[in-house]
Amino acid sequence: MKTIIKYVLLDLLKNKTILVYTLILAAITISVSGIGDNASKALLSLLNITLLFVPIISILFSTIYFFNSVEFTELLLAQPIKRKTMLLAEYAGIAIALTIAYLVGVGVPICIFYYNLAAVTLIISGLFLTLIFSALALLIFVLFKDKTKGIGAAIITALFFILLFDGLLLSFIYSFSDYPIEKPLLGLISLNPVDLARILVLLQLDAAVMMGYSGALFKKFMGSAMGSIYTLVCMLCWTIIPLITAARIFKKKDI
Amino acid sequence: MIEIAHLTKTFRKFKALDDISLHFEPGQTISLLGPNGSGKTTLIKSILGLMIPEKGTIRINGNEVKDHWEYRSQIGYMPQIGRYPENMTIRQVIKMLKEIRKDCNRYDEELIEGFNIPAVHHKTMRSLSGGTRQKISACLSFLFSPDILILDEPTAGLDPVSSELLKDKIVKERANGKLILITSHVLSDLDDITTHIVYLQDGKLMCFKTVEELKKSTGQEKLNKIVAAIMQKNYREEYLLHENNY
Repeated sequence: MKTIIKYVLLDLLKNKTILVYTLILAAITISVSGIGDNASKALLSLLNITLLFVPIISILFSTIYFFNSVEFTELLLAQPIKRKTMLLAEYAGIAIALTIAYLVGVGVPICIFYYNLAAVTLIISGLFLTLIFSALALLIFVLFKDKTKGIGAAIITALFFILLFDGLLLSFIYSFSDYPIEKPLLGLISLNPVDLARILVLLQLDAAVMMGYSGALFKKFMGSAMGSIYTLVCMLCWTIIPLITAARIFKKKDI
Repeated sequence: MIEIAHLTKTFRKFKALDDISLHFEPGQTISLLGPNGSGKTTLIKSILGLMIPEKGTIRINGNEVKDHWEYRSQIGYMPQIGRYPENMTIRQVIKMLKEIRKDCNRYDEELIEGFNIPAVHHKTMRSLSGGTRQKISACLSFLFSPDILILDEPTAGLDPVSSELLKDKIVKERANGKLILITSHVLSDLDDITTHIVYLQDGKLMCFKTVEELKKSTGQEKLNKIVAAIMQKNYREEYLLHENNY
């Protein structure tokens, strides 16, 4: 397992897309940090950028990489290796590479400019988004046989969580506004990793009330500490469940 | 060594393999022949455990393929299309496989030397031509001196010199008592190296005989003539079958 992770990483760290991704993240972070002296405003802008870029880049890049290495996967599976080990090792390689890119691009500059709890939570939520969306990419790779369909599914998944989900949530709130829907709403938010990441950071920024209904709800019902722990646990589930499902399906897949 | 019993595999409605039973022993070189889409690659992939058959069993040295994975240490596989991570160098790919196969510490590097791979060791996989990648695949399949070699279209894309080198290596390994399975459409390449022929058509096993037997029954010397004779025979039988239906 370690061997495969090591070599996938060696391959990916020389990959141009990863390098460009890192550079763009770094450029954005540094320029946003340089604009004003209000730390919490800068962190909010960075949060929005993280929420937009990280999911879509992670899921698209991982899906394409998995599909491109089908023949290589085949060759490795002809070796005495368990399928599960092989799949998870490949996932780990990609996830680590994307994590390093995020840490170098966003993590390091943020820590230099403002080192506080909110900055750290922003980094943590970005890392979780990377892990979650590359795990979803793995699931897509296992479910689809065709590369084009797989990439299509990846784009739809990312757009669904970034854009569509909030729209649906809003229409849900409007249509049931006469009822006490606060608690079901909390449950619904846990179904979207992007929302979870947003809330995790907002709880630390004292901007929770400013950022709409869901943030205010979380603050009111759980308080910062409980809310943070709850979102972290949810995000952990969002990473592990797709991975386990993918490994299960992969066991019976024809390659 | 390899026992296949009543192997069946369907993709949706299409029967890729239909009740195949075969038995292979060490020291044989088996040519898997048949038109495109006749199930050759599916059969190979089933043996490797890459495809999961819905009916039938495959045993390798008595171990069923389905619930074991260790048996693959005895198999060297050369895929039809070899694609490797783009940014890895040849040296890294070879080193990686050696690290994965820690159970084996004696390497058969004859082909690596023969193809003069060390001269291009530093090149990345992306920059290689199809033929060179094919050579790497061949080297990797022989590297751990496995008892069973499965070669899917080994000579396609190789230049004549390399192709001869690979054929010599195959003959040599068979003499060492190894079982070799080859698919190829270049029948002239198989002429001197095959001992048995498996002919598949539409997922059905049409014939499994030694080359000697076939030479006698068809009265032909060259493999392509023999295969043509088998195909014609099948065609005639099919034709008769249709005629009876009317």
